[in-house]
Amino acid sequence: MLLMSVWSCFFGQDEEDGTETGEGDEWMQGKTLIKPLDQLDLTEAELKEEFTRILTANNPHAPQNIVRYSFKERSYKPISSVDQLAVHFVLEGNLLHQDSDEARRQRAKQGDVEEGGGEERADSVESKAGKKEQKITNQFNFSERASQTLNNPLRERGCQTEPPPRANFSATANQWEIYDVYLEVLQKQEKNKEKAKAVPKKDDDKGKKKMMLVETQSDDITKVAKVAKIIERMVNQNTFDDIAQDFKYFEDASDEYREQEGTLLPLWKFQYDKAKRLSVTALCWNESYKDLFAVGLGSYDFTKQGRGMLVFYSLKNSTFPEYIYPTTSGILCLDIHKHLPYLVAVGFYDGCVAVYNLKEETLQPIYKSTAKSGKHTDPVWQVKWQKDDMDNNHNFFSVSSDGRVVSWTLVKNELVFTDIIKLIIEIFDNVCRPAACGTSFDFHKQIDYLFLVGTEEGKIHKCSKAYSSQFLETYNAHNMAVDAVKWNHFHTKVFISCSSDWTVKIWDHTIKTPMFTFDLNASVGDVAWSPYSSTVFAAVTTDGKVHTFDLSINKYEAICQQPVVAKKKTKLTHIEFNPVYPIIIVGDDRGYVTSLKLSPNLRKKPKEKKGQELPKGPEVEIAKMEKLLSLLREPENSNA
Amino acid sequence: RFSAVFIFSPKQAEVEETLKRIQTHKGVIGTIVVNAEGIPIRTTLDNSTTVQYAGLLHQLTMKARSTVRDLDPQNDLTFLRIRSKKHEIMVAPDKEYLLIVIQNPSE
Repeated sequence: MLLMSVWSCFFGQDEEDGTETGEGDEWMQGKTLIKPLDQLDLTEAELKEEFTRILTANNPHAPQNIVRYSFKERSYKPISSVDQLAVHFVLEGNLLHQDSDEARRQRAKQGDVEEGGGEERADSVESKAGKKEQKITNQFNFSERASQTLNNPLRERGCQTEPPPRANFSATANQWEIYDVYLEVLQKQEKNKEKAKAVPKKDDDKGKKKMMLVETQSDDITKVAKVAKIIERMVNQNTFDDIAQDFKYFEDASDEYREQEGTLLPLWKFQYDKAKRLSVTALCWNESYKDLFAVGLGSYDFTKQGRGMLVFYSLKNSTFPEYIYPTTSGILCLDIHKHLPYLVAVGFYDGCVAVYNLKEETLQPIYKSTAKSGKHTDPVWQVKWQKDDMDNNHNFFSVSSDGRVVSWTLVKNELVFTDIIKLIIEIFDNVCRPAACGTSFDFHKQIDYLFLVGTEEGKIHKCSKAYSSQFLETYNAHNMAVDAVKWNHFHTKVFISCSSDWTVKIWDHTIKTPMFTFDLNASVGDVAWSPYSSTVFAAVTTDGKVHTFDLSINKYEAICQQPVVAKKKTKLTHIEFNPVYPIIIVGDDRGYVTSLKLSPNLRKKPKEKKGQELPKGPEVEIAKMEKLLSLLREPENSNA
Repeated sequence: RFSAVFIFSPKQAEVEETLKRIQTHKGVIGTIVVNAEGIPIRTTLDNSTTVQYAGLLHQLTMKARSTVRDLDPQNDLTFLRIRSKKHEIMVAPDKEYLLIVIQNPSE
């Protein structure tokens, strides 16, 4: 009620009591609106009327018209400003400044009262007073006011480089590793020297660079080549272990009981799948690599001419050839150069001659004769390398059915031919006969220019490289074509010839008639002297037998006649003795090459006389042969 | 002028043929080609056997080779043969590769 009256005083509006109380009620009692009974009922328009209230700072109780008597003007004048201050409450305080008089008087009074207490207390009072002089933190409104500058926000910025690539490296330093490195450096130095000498070609370098890239792509298998070869040989050695052991160590002990006869022990058999239908037409051992031999494949049959093959085998691997060269025409003869084991001369059925280089990777010959360059018009039956000529060019000879003996020289990239001799049949009854067909030849071991040529008519001509039209001598050797003619390795005068007329004949080139004649009951394909004895030779016949003769033991019969092929219809075509090992290889017309070991009886050296040392060397062989020949000559002389 | 070799070069075909011949040779049980790190790159045996053979024989070959070369640096190991009761293991090392062949010689 007090509040309400205060409100009405200030606002001074009596009409609004009802509404005021209504409002006041509202305010005090909460939210529920209860209409009091004596409330004014106003119309809407009246309710909406706005009444403004203005609050002023004027004191409503303050007099508004205070006058004061002014003596100056001798009248009552109103005061310009009336004090509006209304004081509601006053409370006098009792604080004294400590330095004021009254405070001092009070302090003094207090001190008097407490001094009677004792001197100790005075101390404490003093100490208290002293302490009081210290600033004590007020419990109530002490505020520690610390201020802090704004701390800049910390930011961490770090950066990290990518770690360099790491690789683990470990190595050993042995004596041989050091040696290897030294060798490499040496090789590089040598290469650099060579490069410095040679004229650099940019194109080649580019080509080489690109080749290098290609090689590294396919790096895996080609480098295993050499190792694979070694492994293949090892595997073969294991499989054919007994043969390898026989080859090395087996000596037929039963030879002691067989007086003169010997045997041939079959060793490896070489065959190549793709050469099955071809027959072996040529065999040749390599002089430098004593386990390597070449086989020429073709066909002797006139009607069955097709392709041919040049195949190289090693004794270390009998299942697969080392080198294979397919040819378009059948091969009839081949020869490996004595000093350069990679050069092979080949004669073909179509009359061409070719030279292969085994070091090259291509399958093509490095030289080949063509129709323009003087190739033969008939099959080439024999080729033979000669010593290098005066310009240090390699050259070889060939003989063919067209009657020409041709010398071929390897000049740079070409094959230059020179006709050496033309074989002519002697003219009988003034009728010109066509040139004779040469079927074989052989050069003398010591006398360079001397050579023998066997013809299809059965004659053997002794010729010289110097004379191109005349023969030194002619021997009426056989009734059919002379298949092979060979000089003896030791005795300079002796040569042997064989023919399809079933005979093998041994000659002294100074005498027109043969020294020995052997009838072998079948067409003789080939005959060969042994490299270790001047009196031992072997011949192969078309009935599949190998006949071995040793003239110092038995002058009339073979000391060994052995069939070496399984099937009876197989014809043996060629035979060759290995220059070092006691084995022979025999080729047949089915494309197989069989190797056989000669038993001790076939390799007999002359018996040493008691007390004397066994003489060794070719002189012995020559002497042996000479002895035989002299025996033959004597009865002739006596007869004549 | 650049010639990319995507097909087998003749030399590669030759080597493949040689390996094939070895694999089909009488008595050969298996063939493994191992590279310089001792990882087999070609094999005809099952995986676990291959890995075992490769690892063990690689170490042995390195040791053998080291022995040979220590005795004479100009010499080098050509091949190594281990004949056991059951079969024979032949190892032929190369500068970068190792060829292992297991054969039963008495078959």
